[in-house]
Amino acid sequence: MLLEGKKILVTGVITDQSIAFSVAKLALEQGAEIVLTAYPRPTLVERIAKRLPTTPPVIPLDVTNPEELAGLADKVKEYLPTLDGVVHSIGFAPQTALGGNFLETPWEDVATALHASTYSYKSLAAALLPLLQPGGSVVGLTFDATVSYPVYDWMGVAKAGLESASRYLARYLGEKGIRSNLVSAGPLRSMAAKSIPGFEKFEESWAERAPLRWELTNQEPAAKAVIALLSDWFPATTGEIVHVDGGYHAMAG
Amino acid sequence: MTREEITAGLAEILEEVAGVNPEDVSEEKSFTEDLDVDSLSMVEVVVAAEEKFGVKIPDDEVQNLKTVGDAVNFILKG
Ligand SMILES: NC(=O)c1ccc[n+]([C@@H]2O[C@H](COP(=O)([O-])OP(=O)(O)OC[C@H]3O[C@@H](n4cnc5c(N)ncnc54)[C@H](O)[C@@H]3O)[C@@H](O)[C@H]2O)c1
Repeated sequence: MLLEGKKILVTGVITDQSIAFSVAKLALEQGAEIVLTAYPRPTLVERIAKRLPTTPPVIPLDVTNPEELAGLADKVKEYLPTLDGVVHSIGFAPQTALGGNFLETPWEDVATALHASTYSYKSLAAALLPLLQPGGSVVGLTFDATVSYPVYDWMGVAKAGLESASRYLARYLGEKGIRSNLVSAGPLRSMAAKSIPGFEKFEESWAERAPLRWELTNQEPAAKAVIALLSDWFPATTGEIVHVDGGYHAMAG
Repeated sequence: MTREEITAGLAEILEEVAGVNPEDVSEEKSFTEDLDVDSLSMVEVVVAAEEKFGVKIPDDEVQNLKTVGDAVNFILKG
């Protein structure tokens, strides 16, 4: 098993279509012990957690709340003494920051998107650093931010920042032997995706351009890459972005 | 299960998840407009209903479940 004996914290489960749900499921199947974090409805996440092979503990966490971050390591310790992996599967942008409103979005809404989707990658890792062991792995989810898309707008800017933040985290955590990598997934019909007005626009083009085709409702390929990056099989890889998008990013049309 | 039993089961879920008074729950009531269930609470109501009644309620279907009666009909079919 790929994650035998590993202890991993997984954020971002909200429904069974969450990428993080597939990650949690595969992590358990691969022998890991996990804890989940939940926002903004822990009771919903507790219900969803019961659909996993074994039910992991659920810790409420708003990743933009400094007090909750400060208390996180102690809460995790009630269940797991140390951590070998952290999965950041969090993205949020107010409706005004999405859907073709790019030129009108006020800074406050952009700031909210960057706080929850970009800065939180660093905050989460920093909050858990006391528990993270050498050889540990931090993995986040991005949506290829080297180009612009219709309607994705400020979330795209947030993702560009996330991609950079991961490279800096790799720089600063390297001396502790901790890696930071991202999985760049193609579009998947999760709750976050469905809240983007005009999300269907990606859906049509993706399956057509991606040489391997693309399934909009199969979170498992992205989750498998997350598991691989959490495992010991990428020991010298950090600051990397692994594309799990059917090959879309490599095609010009 | 009868329609009445399903409605009573839904009322229990609505109380637990969204603090709705069970006495307010009847078939003609709209989840969002009459019972003030917000969209995230509705997601939890659906998950709880799937567990309670042993049905799968696909996402595309959820938008069609406007009233308690719509949900009762769906659960009876499932
Ligand atoms: N679905 C896609 O098309 C797609 C593609 C590429 C990358 N991603 C990324 O994958 C990640 C997971 O998204 P998903 O598609 O599984 O959607 P999802 O809606 O299932 O998950 C998003 C999660 O973000 C969490 N979240 C939002 N604000 C938070 C906060 N302040 N504190 C803590 N958690 C918070 C939510 O609770 C939710 O669990 C996101 O980073 C998203 O941008 C998604």
